[in-house]
Amino acid sequence: MYWNSFSDFIAMGGYGLYVWGSFGVTALVMILEPWIVARQRRTTEQRLARQLRAEAKMEQQP
Amino acid sequence: MSSIHWFKYSAPSTFYPLAGKLIPWFWALFAGFALAGLWLGLLVAPTDFQQGEGYRIIFVHVGASWMSMFIYLVMAFWAGLGLAFNTRLSGMMAQALAPTGALFAFISLWTGALWGKPMWGAWWVWDARLTSELILLFLYMGFIALTHAIDDTRRADKAGAILALVGVVNVPIIYFSVKWWNTLHQGASVSLTKAPAMASIMLWGMLLCALAMWMYSIAVALMRVRVIILERERHTDWVKELLSSR
Amino acid sequence: MLAIVTHTIARDLRLALRRPADLASVLFFFIIVASLFPLGVGPEPDLLRQLAPGVLWVGALLATMLSLPRLFADDYRDGTLEQLALSPNPLGLMVLGKVIAHWLVSGLPLALLAPVLGLQFDLPAEALWVLTGSILLGTPALSGIGAIGAGLTLGLRGGGVLLSLLVLPLYIPVLIFGAGAVDATVSGLGPGAHLSLLAALTVGGVAFAPWAAAAALKIALE
Repeated sequence: MYWNSFSDFIAMGGYGLYVWGSFGVTALVMILEPWIVARQRRTTEQRLARQLRAEAKMEQQP
Repeated sequence: MSSIHWFKYSAPSTFYPLAGKLIPWFWALFAGFALAGLWLGLLVAPTDFQQGEGYRIIFVHVGASWMSMFIYLVMAFWAGLGLAFNTRLSGMMAQALAPTGALFAFISLWTGALWGKPMWGAWWVWDARLTSELILLFLYMGFIALTHAIDDTRRADKAGAILALVGVVNVPIIYFSVKWWNTLHQGASVSLTKAPAMASIMLWGMLLCALAMWMYSIAVALMRVRVIILERERHTDWVKELLSSR
Repeated sequence: MLAIVTHTIARDLRLALRRPADLASVLFFFIIVASLFPLGVGPEPDLLRQLAPGVLWVGALLATMLSLPRLFADDYRDGTLEQLALSPNPLGLMVLGKVIAHWLVSGLPLALLAPVLGLQFDLPAEALWVLTGSILLGTPALSGIGAIGAGLTLGLRGGGVLLSLLVLPLYIPVLIFGAGAVDATVSGLGPGAHLSLLAALTVGGVAFAPWAAAAALKIALE
């Protein structure tokens, strides 16, 4: 282990803002993107299933 | 492993479940590589005598830059495949990759700026690498805008494919011209990726982080291609079956 | 083969001459953009001389882009394009003719106008020659690359803005070498290397772009 203490780790020798700004935004993007895609998938599935049910109902009615 | 298998999986109906099965594996690989890379890069690797702790930004920056360029190549590969063999899945793959590539280009620019501020004293420097990365982001934006502006999916795929291929031919020309322009106007003395004689532990950390981003890209692209398949194949029987079964 | 190209050029020029206002608006756009800069940054001759190559080149580049959405749109609307695509002649040659015609009514007049605007920026005589030469040499590549964008966005809503989004990043090398040639002349380095690279871009652009544009047109017509 390279670091002596946790606060050293956070400070990054004075570069904390820059280093954690980089890692933080990267992590944020890499969490948000899959989350958005997964949500898209759920909403798409629900919307298509709803359409399918509506079409089935239309066919039943003369 | 005969060629029949490949063509079998180029049909959206068989690729959809296959992708669903593959996604967790790529997430697992991503988690493994990311943990190892971050552990090496943030906890084990010693400081750089020239750049201090600020150099640790390369562990995300280099991987993101590589991926942004690599994804464009992969996108162009799928695009070319789609044009040559008229396979439906190729265009969907290209469109699934583009947003991820654009995001990596953005991460590369963002981390480049955060590295440049303490090292060069400015958030943005017209360095050849950063400028090319910006232009690459523009190219991604153009691809996404074009494919979204066309309603007919077949035309969107093919038009996007031509644009991706034209772009891939142009990327080296753009990089060369920007480099030429840069050396005439100013030379950046410190480079983000050219750490003198990088210690092998740093190199390993960087490679592992880049591998993690690679696995991430595959996983997200597969997730997105599944959404695109669902949307486009909504009138087929297999999608209807899939939807009514849940 | 050559007959298709010359025939297309003659036809497009005739159509363009029927609407001289279009040509005039391209030139006026160039003049206005170039005149805005001194008003924006101040009239100091030293500063203007330094800005001139970039400003005039960016202005010329935007001006050639202005008429691109019209490149295929009229032929598309009245069905001529569809007939041409169905004819046995290679579509790429027709596009080549259109690219040359587009250059004749945009790049060429812009190059002839540029030295006049260069005087406003206090460019030395030698630099004015290089400016004209570099615009003459570089704009065919712009017309060629622009044709690809025009083909891809044919018939789309908001096509004009989309076209600039697609085409502008691809224009960057031409801008760098074109403005660089003038810049090098002003600073006494000599424009030779820049101009030969610009010529290489134009040869490559004019040779390959029409075929890519033809492929894009075929997709748009499907």
